Amino acid sequence: MQRQSRDHFDASTIPDDLAPIATTLSTMLPGDWRSMRPVIDRLKCVKCGLCWLFCPVQCVVEKPRWFDFDLAVCKGCGVCAQECPHRAISMIEELGR
Amino acid sequence: MTVDAAAPAQTSNRPSFVVCEGNEAAAIGVGLARPDVVAVYPITPQSSLVEHLSQMIADGRLKASLMNVEGEHAVLCGLQGVALAGGRTFTATCGPGVAFMFEPYVRTPGLRLPMVAALVTRDLLSPQCVWGGQQDAMVVREAGWIQMYCETVQEILDTTVMAYKIAEHRDVMLPVNVCHDGNYLSFGVTRVELPEQTAVDEFLGPPSINWHIALDPLRPMGVDPLTGGSGGAGPRNFVRYRKGQCHGMQNALRVIREVHAAWGERFGRYHAPLVEEYRLDDADYALVTIGSMTGAAKDAVDVAREGGEAVGLIKVKTFRPFPVEAMTAALAKVDRIGVVDRSVSFGWNCGPVYQETLGALYHTGKPIAATSFIGGLAGADITVEHFARAIALTREAQFGRSPREPLWLNEND
Repeated sequence: MQRQSRDHFDASTIPDDLAPIATTLSTMLPGDWRSMRPVIDRLKCVKCGLCWLFCPVQCVVEKPRWFDFDLAVCKGCGVCAQECPHRAISMIEELGR
Repeated sequence: MTVDAAAPAQTSNRPSFVVCEGNEAAAIGVGLARPDVVAVYPITPQSSLVEHLSQMIADGRLKASLMNVEGEHAVLCGLQGVALAGGRTFTATCGPGVAFMFEPYVRTPGLRLPMVAALVTRDLLSPQCVWGGQQDAMVVREAGWIQMYCETVQEILDTTVMAYKIAEHRDVMLPVNVCHDGNYLSFGVTRVELPEQTAVDEFLGPPSINWHIALDPLRPMGVDPLTGGSGGAGPRNFVRYRKGQCHGMQNALRVIREVHAAWGERFGRYHAPLVEEYRLDDADYALVTIGSMTGAAKDAVDVAREGGEAVGLIKVKTFRPFPVEAMTAALAKVDRIGVVDRSVSFGWNCGPVYQETLGALYHTGKPIAATSFIGGLAGADITVEHFARAIALTREAQFGRSPREPLWLNEND
């Protein structure tokens, strides 16, 4: 089968003011955008996994007795708090950066 | 390369000239440039251009893929993919077609894709109309495309080929609209000299379309990612690309001159690249024109000259980028001008070419009387008599006493 890819070409050989291209993975994570953050009540969480299922950016991480959130990735949409059947997640305002 | 019709020396069976309409001349020019993919959605008065191209491809005279698409938006989206894969492309549209194409249309210059598209200029709706006028091209003059307006059918063919060389120049890398007047040029039939295919091949060279941005499994890259928000490097990234686009446009002024000069040397036909000065050096006042109306305007200037009038003419060929220096040099030679537009600037209650000529006048440092004439809307004819009237009124105009109203040449026709 014909080889479909090779090492990334050297983007520095073309002018950097033409059209935007990306040859490396962007580290820009949606955590930068957040104005509200989810906070879990560990006693109420039963690890049903609904928050994990609904999270649009897949920032829910599993802990031994509860689910928690990767705040570098969480964009603060609040879907998890809305969907949690045990009201274990509340959204609080982000203060400062 | 201009071959006399009587000269028998032909290296091929191909005739040295044909008699054809402007849309066919555009199609012939496209054929000579050998695009890889053509996608054109028919629309009056561009439709016969599609028919000529389709026939050329069906006959095997043009080895290109004809992409049948459902509308102008898909035309340009599809052709962007072709260009990103390295192919030379062509399309043509006008009026409502440009409107439907607008979203990918404004994106093309930012992707720095050197595409060529004919704009067979047509007046915009409403009132309902299917006839010529330059309103469509003027509406999109800030979209970032290069715009060159042709005066003759021959100039359409020559400019269409030259457009590829201009667009694909490494210092430019921008899309080009070759504008020709709907009805008057699109269906105007005249003798047209044909360049030899081998000479055009040498003139253009092989296409180099996607060296900077590509859909290519061998060079994996994200095409046109976000430049970033306001929190990080986003603003300076965006400015860098915008500035690069402006530099490309300014470089185009030089490249357009170079390519026109090279075309003249090679094929014997010299077209004014940016601005043409006609009988201007000893003129006291001048008309400013754009597009096919210039022929009748030159006739009117000749008639007035015979009557002892010191009148000249300035024709704009390249309107985007605006040739500020060439225009300033021409305007500095006269002390009154009358600008004739085939479209309307609703914001300034005048013609767009008039409005931009006033901008260039600032650089002469010399305020002079300037009158805005609007004619030829929706296919109306601007005759030698109309231009004679414009010449007489331009001669009488005095600075500071010009009416803040355009003069509508076909108002009583």
